[in-house]
Amino acid sequence: MNGPVILDRRRVLAGSGALIVSFTLSDAWAQDQAAAPPSAPAPRPPGSLATTPFLDAWIRIDADGSITLFTGKVELGQGFKTAFQQIAAEELDVPFASLKVITADTSRTANEGYTSGSHSMQDSGTAIQNAAAQVRELLIAEAARRLDLPAGDFRTENAAVIAPDGRRLGFGELIAGNMLHVQAQPTSKLKDPVTYHVMGQSVPRVDIPAKVTGGAAYVQDMRMLGMVHARVVRPPSYGAELTDCDTSAIEKLPGVVKVVRDGNFLAVVARKEFQAVKAMAALSAAAKWRETASLPKQADLPRVLTSLPSQDKTIFQRGNPALTGEKTLEATYTRPYQSHGSIGPSCAIAQSLDGTMTVWTHTQGVYPDRQGIAEMLGVPPSSVRCIHVEGSGCYGHNGADDAAADAALIARDLPGVPVRVQWMREQEHAWEPFGPAMVTKLKASLDGSGTISDWNFEVWSNTHSMRPGGAGSMLAAQHMAKPFAVPEPKPIPLPEGGGDRNAIPIYDFPNAQVVHHFIPAMPVRVSAMRALGAYHNVFSIESFMDELAGLAAVDPVAFRLRHLKDPRGREVVEKAAQAFGWQVGQKAPPNHGFGFAFARYKNLAAYCAIASEVEVNRETGRPRLVRAVAAVDSGQVVNPDGLTNQIEGAILQSMSWTLYESVTFDDTRITSIDWQTYPILRFDAVPDSVTVHVINRPGQPFLGSGETGQGPAAASIANAIANATGKRLRDLPLTRKKIRDAIDA
Amino acid sequence: MGGLFAALVVAGAAAAFAVAWRPGIAAVDPPSPERFDQTLVKRGRDLVAIGNCSTCHTRRGGKDFAGDLPVPTPFGTIYSSNITPDADTGIGRWSEAAFRRAMRSGVDRAGRHLYPTFPYDHFTHVSDEDDRALYAYLMTRQPVQAQAHENQLPFPLDQRVMIAGWKLLFLRRAAVEPDPTRTAEWNRGAYLVEGLAHCGACHTPRNVLGAERASAQFAGGEADNWSAYAINAQSPAPVPWDADALFAYLRNGWHPDHGVARGPMAKVVSNLSNVPDGDVRAIATYMADVFGPTPPDRIRRGEEVLAQVKSSSVPATQANATGAAIYVSACAPCHETARPLPYSGVNLALSTAFSASDARNAANIVLAGIRPVAGERSPIMPGFAASMSDAQIATLLDYLRARFSNQPAWAGVEKTVADARSAQAVFLRTALPPDNGPTDTRE
Amino acid sequence: MMTLKVNGRDHEVDAEPDTPLLYVLRDDLALNAAKFGCGLGQCGACTVIVDGKAVLSCVTPLLLLEGRQVTTLEGLGSIETPAPIQRAFMDEQAAQCGYCIAGMMMRAQALLQRNPSPTDDEIRAELESHLCRCGTHMRILRAVHRAAHLMQAADASTSQGSSQ
Repeated sequence: MNGPVILDRRRVLAGSGALIVSFTLSDAWAQDQAAAPPSAPAPRPPGSLATTPFLDAWIRIDADGSITLFTGKVELGQGFKTAFQQIAAEELDVPFASLKVITADTSRTANEGYTSGSHSMQDSGTAIQNAAAQVRELLIAEAARRLDLPAGDFRTENAAVIAPDGRRLGFGELIAGNMLHVQAQPTSKLKDPVTYHVMGQSVPRVDIPAKVTGGAAYVQDMRMLGMVHARVVRPPSYGAELTDCDTSAIEKLPGVVKVVRDGNFLAVVARKEFQAVKAMAALSAAAKWRETASLPKQADLPRVLTSLPSQDKTIFQRGNPALTGEKTLEATYTRPYQSHGSIGPSCAIAQSLDGTMTVWTHTQGVYPDRQGIAEMLGVPPSSVRCIHVEGSGCYGHNGADDAAADAALIARDLPGVPVRVQWMREQEHAWEPFGPAMVTKLKASLDGSGTISDWNFEVWSNTHSMRPGGAGSMLAAQHMAKPFAVPEPKPIPLPEGGGDRNAIPIYDFPNAQVVHHFIPAMPVRVSAMRALGAYHNVFSIESFMDELAGLAAVDPVAFRLRHLKDPRGREVVEKAAQAFGWQVGQKAPPNHGFGFAFARYKNLAAYCAIASEVEVNRETGRPRLVRAVAAVDSGQVVNPDGLTNQIEGAILQSMSWTLYESVTFDDTRITSIDWQTYPILRFDAVPDSVTVHVINRPGQPFLGSGETGQGPAAASIANAIANATGKRLRDLPLTRKKIRDAIDA
Repeated sequence: MGGLFAALVVAGAAAAFAVAWRPGIAAVDPPSPERFDQTLVKRGRDLVAIGNCSTCHTRRGGKDFAGDLPVPTPFGTIYSSNITPDADTGIGRWSEAAFRRAMRSGVDRAGRHLYPTFPYDHFTHVSDEDDRALYAYLMTRQPVQAQAHENQLPFPLDQRVMIAGWKLLFLRRAAVEPDPTRTAEWNRGAYLVEGLAHCGACHTPRNVLGAERASAQFAGGEADNWSAYAINAQSPAPVPWDADALFAYLRNGWHPDHGVARGPMAKVVSNLSNVPDGDVRAIATYMADVFGPTPPDRIRRGEEVLAQVKSSSVPATQANATGAAIYVSACAPCHETARPLPYSGVNLALSTAFSASDARNAANIVLAGIRPVAGERSPIMPGFAASMSDAQIATLLDYLRARFSNQPAWAGVEKTVADARSAQAVFLRTALPPDNGPTDTRE
Repeated sequence: MMTLKVNGRDHEVDAEPDTPLLYVLRDDLALNAAKFGCGLGQCGACTVIVDGKAVLSCVTPLLLLEGRQVTTLEGLGSIETPAPIQRAFMDEQAAQCGYCIAGMMMRAQALLQRNPSPTDDEIRAELESHLCRCGTHMRILRAVHRAAHLMQAADASTSQGSSQ
């Protein structure tokens, strides 16, 4: 379609809402899946323009010249909003600070599914880049039409089109009617990266000033007229049933507005927040539950997982994967359940007003969340509106969606009243869906020249996504008197993958096989956690590569390069090694060790290599990351400092996961319910330095970078510990005690 | 007459010299670690844990065993020495004989007397065989070049020759003789407690010359401004201790009827958690005997307290509304939950801190809370030093004393709190943190 | 009713005496900076300054604060006129999600007020009670060092000015 399509705007928007919803229903998990759009007769516009093609869904220019951008992705603290704004400013040729960005809102923005899978730049960044470029061309065309001159002689600058004779027509002047209500073309006239003056710059983040001066920045900061405070009393364990609860005394507590009881869903609402907290404690004491011991033995978890029924699929095969080599190595690596551990427990506000339930939530996906809430309430999705407001870092599917459902369920009983639900720390820890436990078994051989001749990789894992879509994904809906069933878990298809994300090695092996054992039964509540299966799969592959390098008596970096063909991968490996000062035959100081690891996230997103130095206290076994040096290639870099920030963060977060973290449970309850029982990194273990080298690729597609560091950081640290102690540890987390016991053995 | 006087003076000086002077032992080349048998080294490690050596000989943020921990005494501040095998600043040039002499008699390789802050009045009981293992362990550690600060002592206490007199009076160099009427376990416990574990060094009151009062063994002492409770028949614990409870506490770092080990004891139990069960059992068995049989009224009181705690009905007192209000708002949210130890606040009716003879430990905990052990599951309690004034803490402690003990009110609590504030700041800054948190027995 | 001094002004607060300061600041006074992270004194996100010392507002009941001066991040400066600590955190872009940052800044501010040139070890020790889940630690440390320099430079120029 080449020309503008004139349609009644309101009908189009209403209609496009339905179009978007229908897309979402069929592609409920699509946003986490294939990067390439499904094949179509005509080429589609790039990124999310493929599903939301109208330019005015992305950019609005008002007569006074003010420009608003719309994105279906959200700011998670990863700097997305700033980067998005930079891209638009560059392609539109407008001052960065003049732009306003509206993020995910089911009434106002495109449906871009979830902000997840490191897709934001690829999906939304690409969309805005092309949309902005095409809008610029439309504005030039309009100016040319008005002045009756060839469009090719015009240029844009500073929010205006400049005629060949220097006449300036502001964008606001040029915009008229439904000029932008056109569908995007498959290709755009993009700016030459050589000319970039906003993209590729470390523009300060637009959200930081408010965050460091006490401005309202989070959903937790929202205060609405007449707002009441709610607290949920969650069951003490999975499947617990409320057998008795005398709420009469709680209803009389100071400030209490309502006690909500719907099956096993129990909550109390009060005027003031602390009144709600106290009422919650009283309600919790009054509630009697019948619990069922349903959890496996924590120490037995790997065996339990690998003996549960699984759907087995060979996801990669090449040559003959049966053993052929001279020297063979086998290893099993394990990962426990791990927690997102968001610093700010989940929060949401819901208000049922004039037939619409509006929910302000830090969900990663406002459209799927809306669908789930609508289904829970038994209303059409069009009568639910979900608006994203920032929460604390979520690192995947945490309690945000459940808090949104909680708020909506309670608000239903208090029409017109804004209801704020704030989860307690213990609730976030106990009820968030965890990163799944995983087991990997690797077997490989070396040929006579010390090269890998065959490679076998098996991974056992639950699903890595139980995100809404349906109501059954949300706790409130599961606990209601008429509950919604938990949806059947499904694997996320490759090339994205879930438990098998990054299971296929990027290295070139003549014979290889990768098998994914997908385990539907979930003893513990699980869902997507940053990097999904890539964290453990890369940890496994990169630890094993080191073990094989040791067997071959070859330097770990040289060994990887021996098997790595991808030139961008090689460059990232070489850069990290060189910047670290990696020397073949190097020897770390006493009690220190050097480690290296590399991966390309999903084998199609950003490349990351990390070299690290670790010190191990031989008395106590305590490990300490001394320094880490990373190299990253994320294609065209939009904000170098933002990217660096993300990689630094990934390294430290992964270090915490790798050295400290495992969810604990007894036969009935999750027992890691606060920072005492689920310790994470504190300042005493922060390294001396973390350095990130960014390899910019001007003009190349954006590559998702928010999750590229987790896997390599884990393996790099594990390899450094092995180098320091001479002992190889394969069971995450690599705790002080495990290291000490290994040294002693 | 003059000649006799001169002879007496000379004889006296000679005697004093004979008492005070010790020969130096020849320096040796630092022995190479490979020389030492690995089994011996491992045994040495266990003994070092029992002896709690690292706690005094390592400073927070410093390298293991490199010394320089300031130890406050009534006489001044002593800095612990570097006992890494560094040739210049540590004990790298000490022969095993020199090491044994230090343990046995409190004399260093050069022949200088060591201040009894190093508790050789206990270590003198350590057997040759155990000294050999300790030596093997220490000599295979990482050498660290680090010179400790000079001790801060006033004249004449800074003259080491004075120590000779102290030793004459107080150092008893006998071995701990096994008692044939007792079990092997009890005897092993006696050997460890009186010797390497040196429990009395903190838990026995000292005389004006800083020596343990032999007639008041285990009747209560102090360390770093923490009160080391009486661990004999005078134990103030609301629920009496027995051998099983002691074993669990020493092995796991906590007990449901007593709370979590805090202050200097935290490091002790952290070290003991790595030591063979048998040794900890032996210590518990011996100490249970030191506690002695519990009188019936204390047994009754203990059962009463446990019953009250179980039914969540420790009666509130009428007086001290401010203290009550502070307790209800700042303490009860954690100290009256159903959440089990060791990851919750202990019910204060069980806490010995409130039955003790002074308010020091209670003040210390309220001021500084409990810090997490890095990367380990461990209790965390916020400190209230910044949010509460001395007067507010005193009011709170007076209330807690009245409510959670059956003892008379403390005197001078506000001053106790003020002193604790400054002493705690030093302790927190310099004392080595424990390596592991309490063991969760659910695992 | 109680009079609470916050950021240099008196406020009449209608809250129960056992209400933790955190809720009073956020709900009664509509101040955003101090955050609810755990309510248990484990994470530091709620930190404010009381009479010059860093305090965990989630475990500090109102009744302890009679006559005391409470300072929150809002009281240090604004976007238009940021305090050195705020300037430093912006310059270093020391935030990812930013949720822990206000608490970190208040703890650092209290440190710098009593120790104008802390060592790296001293800063790390001071911030030990604070959690950051995003892994922004390196930048936070750099920002505190930077704030120390900014404050020292400000002092130097003030004293220079006054000596003329």
